[in-house]
Amino acid sequence: MTQQALISVRNVSKAFSVEGRLVQAVDNVSLQAREREFVALIGPSGCGKSTLLNLIAGLMEPDQGEIALRGDRQTERLGRIGYMPQRDGLLPWRRLLENVTLGPEVMRRDLPAVREQALALLPLFGLQGFERSYPHELSGGMRQRAALLRTLLCEQEVVLLDEPFGALDALTRRTMRDWLLGIWERFQRTMLLVTHDVDEALLLSDRIYVLTPRPGRVALEIDVPLPRPRHEGLLNDPLFASSRESILTALREHDG
Amino acid sequence: MSPRRLRRFGPPLALGMALLLLWQAATLYLNIQDWLLPSPLQILQAGWQARGVMGPHVWQTIQETVIGFALALLAGLTLGMSIDYSHWLRRALYPLLVLSQTVPVIAIAPLLVIWFGYGILPKVLVVGLVCFFPIVVSTADGLRSADPDQIALLRTMGASRSDVFRLIRLPGALPSVFTGIKVGITYSVVGAIMGEWVGSSRGLGVFMLRATNAFRTDWVFVSIAITAALSVLLFGLVNLVERILLGWYYASRRTEEWAEVS
Ligand SMILES: Nc1ncnc2c1ncn2[C@@H]1O[C@H](COP(=O)(O)OP(=O)(O)O)[C@@H](O)[C@H]1O
Ligand SMILES: [Mg+2]
Repeated sequence: MTQQALISVRNVSKAFSVEGRLVQAVDNVSLQAREREFVALIGPSGCGKSTLLNLIAGLMEPDQGEIALRGDRQTERLGRIGYMPQRDGLLPWRRLLENVTLGPEVMRRDLPAVREQALALLPLFGLQGFERSYPHELSGGMRQRAALLRTLLCEQEVVLLDEPFGALDALTRRTMRDWLLGIWERFQRTMLLVTHDVDEALLLSDRIYVLTPRPGRVALEIDVPLPRPRHEGLLNDPLFASSRESILTALREHDG
Repeated sequence: MSPRRLRRFGPPLALGMALLLLWQAATLYLNIQDWLLPSPLQILQAGWQARGVMGPHVWQTIQETVIGFALALLAGLTLGMSIDYSHWLRRALYPLLVLSQTVPVIAIAPLLVIWFGYGILPKVLVVGLVCFFPIVVSTADGLRSADPDQIALLRTMGASRSDVFRLIRLPGALPSVFTGIKVGITYSVVGAIMGEWVGSSRGLGVFMLRATNAFRTDWVFVSIAITAALSVLLFGLVNLVERILLGWYYASRRTEEWAEVS
């Protein structure tokens, strides 16, 4: 397994002008994600997490600093990095199957083959029998799982997840967290997860970056010392508790 | 009729029938003269008697309306998309289009007759002029209101500008476009009749003028009834097409309504 960073963000800053004032959203952030690594970004809301993902995806360019994909700074990132937005982004006029195959359709891949592949994956995503349903007929959890399936079917090198379970109730959230763990272990795709749930980050990821409130800076980088495969039982592990403590301390130190 | 339909169409039908009955009773008991206000039954009778004479007139008006509306649809969609396509076009076209709506069509109609004669063309153009504006506005607004998150999502899939248009903006704009089409189509028949008033030898408008000059008030009412029926029919057709194309839209709206009441 190569240790070269698949994604590397170096000293990246980004400001927005809001009504004439300059708002610094991301300030001198550096982070990395290696091949097949699960990386989490934790931070209070408004600290620039979504902005950071937009930058990495190539939807906008940083004011300063650089973002490299496989060490290449010049390459076009749009189209190569999968993005699951904060809201599911399902198209209300498309049925589920047409929604999850949107990426391959845009990429002009062999659609019938992709449809087969999608249908075969529906049970794993808890969506079997719903292929002809419209998004409004699905529950919140189902919509998020559909959005993730849509992202994975794009078969891009990296997957960015922006608070995928943020809008769900606590119970559904936990189920989805355990489910995502299984998905990642199966697909082994490089993932970058934005969340503000510390347990979620610890259970899922190999490495965690804690960000400060606006402007977003990296307050703490921590390698999660838990073995894989992971399971919910690790929540009571002493290693888990100490990592959780250091993350919470970092978050508290920079609070307000 | 299903209970839901009954609930929807029942009240307007009942009110309409009641008003007609009142009208019938009033003409009967207040002794109103026929040439002032004929009774609904007399109008019905007159319509039946005149059906042979009226046929070609009605057909002419239908043709003008349909061709004119097709033209309005084509022009409206094209202009709406052009406005959406470039900022420059939006700034240049929008004010002119709004200005064009301040000129009464009835004032332009005689000019059209001078330029294009007494054939079908000037009437078709009047219908087009009356109907195109709501379609332009609703198309432009619908395209503009696309969800930026969905557009961003598509760009991360490597979509081109035309992909975004085809897969997100156009389908997302359709509900708005149909609103414009429905506003337009309700004006269309009246537009054709206005066009006929300025100069024509056939059509519902011509028939209406002749009936007025002959004091055949019952025939005037027949023409009015047919005008209304045609408008409602066309509106219903558009509605039907919309329901077929935009089933998802109505279904999702119904879910939202439910979410609100529950
Ligand atoms: N497109 C934009 N234009 C102006 N300001 C923005 C834009 N996107 C984000 N911001 C601002 O940048 C800051 C960080 O936003 P965001 O990245 O969405 O935070 P988070 O995802 O961590 O909640 C916020 O203050 C927000 O108002
Ligand atoms: Mg965010």
